[in-house]
Amino acid sequence: MGSILLFLTLVGAIVAWWLARQRLTAKPWLEEGPIGEVPGTGASPLPAVTLGLGVFLVVVGALFALLISAYSVRMAMPDWQALPVTTLLWFNTALLVASSVALQLAYVAAKGQRRDDLKLGVLAGASLALLFLVGQVLAGRQLYAAGYFVATNPANAFFYLLAALHGLHLSGGLVALGRTGGKVWRDSDRRDRIRLSVGLCAAYWHFLLFVWLVVMTLLMGWANDFVALCGRLFS
Amino acid sequence: MVDISRGAADLIPPAEVTDVELYHAQSWMTRYVFCQDAKVIAIQYSLTALSIGMLALVLSWLMRLQLGFPGVFSFIDADHYYQFITMHGMIMVIYLITAIFLGGFGNYLIPLMLGARDMVFPYVNMLSYWVYLLAVIVLVASYFVPGGPTGAGWTLYPPQAILHGTAGREWGIILMLASLILFIIGFTMGGLNYVVTTLQARTRGMTLMRMPLTVWGIFTATVLALLAFPALFAACVMLLLDRLLGTSFFMPALVEMGEHLSYRGGSPILFQHLFWFFGHPEVYIVALPAFGIVSDLISTHARKNIFGYRMMVWAIVAIGALSFIVWAHHMYVSGMHPYFGFFFATSTLIIAIPTAIKVYNWVLTLWRGDIHLTVPMLFALGFIVTFVNGGLTGLFLGNVVVDVPLSDTMFVVAHFHMVMGVAPILVIFGAIYHWYPKITGRMLDETMGKIHFWVTFLGAYAVYFPMHYLGLLGVPRRYYEMGETAFVPPSAATLNEFISIAAFIVGAAQLLFIYNMITSLIRGKEAGGNPWQATSLEWQTPETPPGHGNWGKELPVVHRWAYDYSVPGAAEDFVPQNQATVVRRA
Repeated sequence: MGSILLFLTLVGAIVAWWLARQRLTAKPWLEEGPIGEVPGTGASPLPAVTLGLGVFLVVVGALFALLISAYSVRMAMPDWQALPVTTLLWFNTALLVASSVALQLAYVAAKGQRRDDLKLGVLAGASLALLFLVGQVLAGRQLYAAGYFVATNPANAFFYLLAALHGLHLSGGLVALGRTGGKVWRDSDRRDRIRLSVGLCAAYWHFLLFVWLVVMTLLMGWANDFVALCGRLFS
Repeated sequence: MVDISRGAADLIPPAEVTDVELYHAQSWMTRYVFCQDAKVIAIQYSLTALSIGMLALVLSWLMRLQLGFPGVFSFIDADHYYQFITMHGMIMVIYLITAIFLGGFGNYLIPLMLGARDMVFPYVNMLSYWVYLLAVIVLVASYFVPGGPTGAGWTLYPPQAILHGTAGREWGIILMLASLILFIIGFTMGGLNYVVTTLQARTRGMTLMRMPLTVWGIFTATVLALLAFPALFAACVMLLLDRLLGTSFFMPALVEMGEHLSYRGGSPILFQHLFWFFGHPEVYIVALPAFGIVSDLISTHARKNIFGYRMMVWAIVAIGALSFIVWAHHMYVSGMHPYFGFFFATSTLIIAIPTAIKVYNWVLTLWRGDIHLTVPMLFALGFIVTFVNGGLTGLFLGNVVVDVPLSDTMFVVAHFHMVMGVAPILVIFGAIYHWYPKITGRMLDETMGKIHFWVTFLGAYAVYFPMHYLGLLGVPRRYYEMGETAFVPPSAATLNEFISIAAFIVGAAQLLFIYNMITSLIRGKEAGGNPWQATSLEWQTPETPPGHGNWGKELPVVHRWAYDYSVPGAAEDFVPQNQATVVRRA
């Protein structure tokens, strides 16, 4: 359970930092009136959707941290046989990196009000992400054909589970990106709101890229020492 | 006290919190069914939760029939008994208490208490309810599939949960896991709303440290739930794969009926870690809103400011943080390194400190207060006593050396029912009696309310006090029938009969409560806007029940905290949060 505790420590540090700025030592029974001693509400200047996405990413992060914790515990069992990382998985990873970069460029274009670049970035980001999903399905079929069935070994099961959950989250992101793309094409919303939507999509993509890179790190065995340490905790 | 004159109050800066773009219902369907108004969603959540809770209540009656009168009712066999236990536990913990505190009270009270027009993502909020309803329907559907609902016990421990011989192994367990997954998806949608609304949609002057403790409790519980439910989600998905695809996340190598199963190498303990990583914070997910609500009930009905507001806020936050490092105290008998047992026992005892601070502060709030023994106050007082009782036995069980012999006995059943069953439900009742006038515009009948309280309160003690004793005798939990057992005296059977009869009476009292809710809706006394003369914002709305958008044209401005009761020299014994100056006695 080391991974999730590490994740929660990080979240806890952010919450503690935020709480430290919230005047929690105030004595509200002595403060009367909306001005002077009481500056506004202390609400963040961030738009609600940005904060909403941030909270959602924490939830998704907790889910993957827990799965990695489970992975580390299960990996320590004697029947574990690591799965080979195929070339196609590396190719898919490159697609996801490119998709993330394209959406970042789209966001930069939205800030600079360059509509053609914005359209190109959104289109490229969505297309590359779709290709990534298709590539993931093909990679799964390739492994299946090679005899790496889901129930044959826990390493296989974890790979399919992590890849499927990651793919589902990306699919959800594609729905949001599709709606954003619709607004961009129709020019049906205020520029600042389109910029915000594209920025949120880009942030979500970067996050999912990070998650996928962590999954690849696990599959490659680059984090075996850390994973083994996590697995030993509380066992 | 820093007093600000009326002239200064006129210089209020422009609203920092912009009105959300309200969705306006265009038809009856979008006004009352697929509605995005948090108040309607709250009522939908609450009615669904109470309805499914009634099913759980009936299941508890059936369980008690078997325990009190074993062998008398032929329609209750061992499989049915375990199905009753499983469904009762899961419904009560997840689908009733969690749903009503967060989906019900959270939706109704957060926007109103913070001076907001609605939740920040109303469409997602509406989806949250419908996904929750779908989860409930999937759960209930398990009664209509071959094999019936799962009888795996509410903790759903593998390998037993998915092996042949466990009731509901065919479909019941699949539907249970699918329902939980849906519930978590639905909750996450709602939870995002509760958190972001609290952070971003507070009205002018509503600093965090001016929020009523109810909002602090619900807000912190939501944060806990958002971090803890993914553990249950992961556990459910993996167990579902073990059941459907034959993976071995949790399933070890097994021989069943002389036949080697295809599972191998899985870790049932891993499931327990995941389950309790969710399961222990879940205790506080239901306790923290109860703590917050009871603070507000006590302060309002004792006409006194809450004692130690800052400490109360810090304690809520501290309890929330600590709740993530105590989960393995549920697993002492599952086996772990002794040092970790020591660690989890210590962290469990530490969490008692902020909890005790809260109890002391409630008692000190009552001290020399102008206590009005209204029905909400009675339930609040009942909660304090019950929570202390349940909490103290929790300290017993938190110690490894005490827990090991008491594990899997009725003592544990009595403990957790007192602390996270009876105690939070007393608060739910108190809260309904308190806020029903705001929700409906009518008062609940007080006489029926008092009968409901006394029968419930005394009846619950008649059920659970003797159960502790049964546990100390060594009567095990989860047993369909005891049979001839040398170490259990015959008097235990008599005691079980007594407990069962008490349980039937307590259950019947809830029918009176439902009757009261229905008849008061039609015949109840007109409540007016603020029948309890309370200070917090929800009582200051221009209409009762509050209209769409809550506040009419302008959002309220908050000038003070939520606990200005019995202010010395004030003309009245309460000063609403949105009142700029204290009107002094002539």
